[in-house]
Amino acid sequence: MNALEMETILQQTPARRFEKVCAILEQHDNQPQRLIPILQAVQEEYRYLPEDVLTFVATGLDVPPARVFGVATFYSHFALKPKGKYCIRLCDGTACHVKRSIPILEAIYKRLGLSSKRNTTEDMLFTVETVACLGACGLAPVVVINEEIHGQVTPEAAVKLIDEIEEREKVSCT
Amino acid sequence: MHMMEQTTSHPDPLMGAQRRVILCAGTGCVANGAMKVYAAFQERMQAYNLPFTLELREENDNSGKTAVTRSGCQGFCQMGPLVTILPENILYNQVKPADVEEIIAVSLIGNGVVERLLYIEPGTEHACKGTDDIPFYTRQQRFVLGDCGIIDPDNLDEYLRNDGYRAAKKAFVQMSQEEICTEISESGLRGRGGGGFPTGRKWEAARRQVDDKKYVICNADEGDPGAFMNRSVMEGNPHSVIEGLMIAARAIGADETLVYVRAEYPLAVQRMRRAVKDAGERGILGKNVFGSGFNISCEIMEGAGAFVCGEETAMIASIEGQRGMPRPKPPFPAESGLWGKPTIINNVETLAHAVRIIREGAFRFRELGTPASPGTKTFALTGHVANTGLIEVPFGTTLREIVYNIGGGITADDGSIDPAGFKAVQIGGPSGGCLTKEHLDLPMDFDSLRTVGAMVGSGGLVAMNQGTCMVAVARFFMEFTQRESCGKCVLCREGTRQMLAMMDDIIEGKADETTLPLLRELALAVQKGSLCGLGKTAPNPVLSTLRHFADEYEAHVKDKVCPAGQCKALLKPWIDAEKCKGCGKCVKKCPVEAISGELKQPHAIDQEKCIKCGACLLSCKFGAVEGLQGGYA
Repeated sequence: MNALEMETILQQTPARRFEKVCAILEQHDNQPQRLIPILQAVQEEYRYLPEDVLTFVATGLDVPPARVFGVATFYSHFALKPKGKYCIRLCDGTACHVKRSIPILEAIYKRLGLSSKRNTTEDMLFTVETVACLGACGLAPVVVINEEIHGQVTPEAAVKLIDEIEEREKVSCT
Repeated sequence: MHMMEQTTSHPDPLMGAQRRVILCAGTGCVANGAMKVYAAFQERMQAYNLPFTLELREENDNSGKTAVTRSGCQGFCQMGPLVTILPENILYNQVKPADVEEIIAVSLIGNGVVERLLYIEPGTEHACKGTDDIPFYTRQQRFVLGDCGIIDPDNLDEYLRNDGYRAAKKAFVQMSQEEICTEISESGLRGRGGGGFPTGRKWEAARRQVDDKKYVICNADEGDPGAFMNRSVMEGNPHSVIEGLMIAARAIGADETLVYVRAEYPLAVQRMRRAVKDAGERGILGKNVFGSGFNISCEIMEGAGAFVCGEETAMIASIEGQRGMPRPKPPFPAESGLWGKPTIINNVETLAHAVRIIREGAFRFRELGTPASPGTKTFALTGHVANTGLIEVPFGTTLREIVYNIGGGITADDGSIDPAGFKAVQIGGPSGGCLTKEHLDLPMDFDSLRTVGAMVGSGGLVAMNQGTCMVAVARFFMEFTQRESCGKCVLCREGTRQMLAMMDDIIEGKADETTLPLLRELALAVQKGSLCGLGKTAPNPVLSTLRHFADEYEAHVKDKVCPAGQCKALLKPWIDAEKCKGCGKCVKKCPVEAISGELKQPHAIDQEKCIKCGACLLSCKFGAVEGLQGGYA
C-alpha cells in the first residue's frame, strides 16, 4: 500500500472503514480470548493498528479499551504507527550480530536518512526495523524485505537492494 | 484406517522411482534461490522429455521415472541450495538454475558426478561426494532431523510411508495412559526447550489430575536469538510434531492441542497449518481417532513477538488473549494451566523425541547420550565456524568435536580457517553462558553445562573468533533481555536496565573501579528477585563472561582498551609514520580537525579531539591509519 492508498483508507467513511473489522470480529465469534489473532488480522488489513479501530475492537469484544491497548503495546509485532510499503527487517540475532550486522543497519539508516527514533521514510516507502532472530542463522547476516530473505548481506549489498527498489518504484510511478 | 496398514513395510527412499532428485526447501535454501532451481528442474526435464514425476504416490507406477521433490531443511544452510541425487546419494551445493542443465546431463541421463558442485572440505580440499562423505553429516546422529532432509513436508503420504503416525496409533490402540507415561519416564527424556525437566514426570503429574478438560501445548516460540532447531523441524517434518502432540494428549487424557509458533517463521506456520489440515482430512486428527473413541483437535496459533512468551505461564496468558506475563508457580500448569485446566507444554523437539520413544521403546532411546541426559540434541551451530547449520549429536559429545569436526573449525573475519582462532562459544542464548578453551573437552549434557555456569538452553551454539569482544557480546544479550523484560518484577525491569547502563559505561570507557563489583552484585540480585526464567537467567551472559574473561573487563575498565579492538569508543587511532606520505588528504576529511602535520611529513592524530569516525581510515590511500580496523571491519 502506498501513501496514496493509505490516504484513501483514512478518508473512508467510518462505516466503510469498520466493515472489515466487523468481518474479522465475526470470524472470531467476538470472543475476547481471540484478541491476539484478531489484532493480527486487523494489522494484516491496515498494515498497522489505527487507534479508532482498536477502540472499535474493544467495543466489539465488550472489554475495556485499556486491555486492547495493553495487548497491542505489549507485543512487538503490533505497530501503532503506519509502516512503509517496504518493511526492511534487519536480523540482529546472535549469529548475525557476531557477523557484523550493525554496520549494515548504519548503512541502511544513512542511505534512507533514518534513525532508531524515526524509522519510516516520509514518502512512506520504507520502514526499517531490527528483529531478534529470524532463524536463518546459517545465512547470517540476514535482511528481510517484506517476505523476501536476503542472506550473507554486506552494507554495500543492503544499499544496493534499496537502490533497486527505489528504481522500480520510480518506473512504476511514471 | 486403511492407509495406516500400509505403513508397516520398511520405507523405500525411492518409492519405486528410478532416481530421485531432492531439493532442500528450508528457509535458508529458499533464501538462496532454491525455488528457482526447482523451477529450472521442472522446466529442463520437460524440455528434455525425460520421464519424471513431481509427486511420489504409491498408487502410481513410478518405475523408470525420475522424481523431483522438495524436502525440509537438511541443516547445511550455508551451502544452499542443496540438491541430493538418490540412490547415488550425491550432494550438490550452492546450485544455481544455470547448473541444472549440467546436473541433468551428467547425473540423471548419465551416471557421472558434476565435480565442481561438490562440497570441498575446507583445509583438506577434499571434494566430498555426498552426505556419507562429508564430516558435517557423518559425525552426527540424526533422529529428530533424520527425516527432515528426505521427506516432502507437504506430503502426508511420504510421512506415512516412513513409519509416520505408527507411534500415535500404538499409543491410542495398544497402550494405556499409564503405560505411555511410564515408557516416557523410563526413557529419561528431558525437556529440550531449555530447562531439562523430566518429560515423563510432567506428563504423569497432568495424567493424575481428574478433570473433564485437559490441554497439550507445543512450545514453538523459539525466541532465542541464534537458534532455529524448532523452525527446521516444523518446516521439514511438521507431521512429527502433530504425532508427538497426539501421543502427549493420549497420555494425559486431553482432547485439545495447540501449537504456539513464532510469527517470525512464516514458512513453519504455513507447513504446520497444511499438515493439520491434511491430517484432519485423513481422519488422523478429529473424532474417534484410530477407532479408539477418543477425539483430538489441533490448532495453530501465531505468536506476536514477545520472547517472554516462551515461558510456560506467559504463553498460557498469551493464548488466553492477555499480555504475555508470567505468574508465580505453583500451581504448575500440569495442575492449573490454560483456562485453569491441567495443561502440559512441551518443546517441538521433546515431542518429536516422544514419537520415537513410543515407536521404538525407551531402551532404544537410551542407547545414545549419557545416563542422566539420554538421547540426542539438536544444536544450531552458527557464528565463526566454517560449516554453519543445524546439527544433531548425542548428549555427552564434546565441544571440540562439534566445533572442529562437524563445524570444520573456526574462521577469521575474512572467512578463512584460523587454527588458533577459537575464543569462546556462547551456548543457550540470552539465558546461557560462555564456554572457553578449557571446556573444549567437556562432555556436554544438561548437568555438566550447569556446573560451568552455562546451560543447554534451546541449543543455540554461536562460535566466536579472537576478533570478538566478549564484553560487547555480553552487552548484546543484556540489551536483548532488557528489551524483552515484561516489566512485572522490579528487579528484572529496572535491574536489567541498570546492568545495561553499566555495560554501556564499560564499553564506552566511562566505567571506574566501582562498576564491576556493582555489576556483579546487581546481577546476583536480578537472579534472585525475578519470577520467571527470563529474569532469573538474564544476568547469566554477564556473570559467565565476568568469570571467564575477567581480564577483558579489566582492560576495558582500567586501561580503557578493548583487547579485541571492537569497542569503538576505546579505539586509539594513530598514523604509521613509515607509511604516511604526508599527502594531507586525511586532514581535509577529518570533521573535528584532529589531524595535523606538515605537507610531505608524517601526520599525527590528536587523541583528545578524535571522535573515531573512521573518515581518515577510509581516505588514506597508503594504509597508514592504524588502530581503527577492529571497529570498522
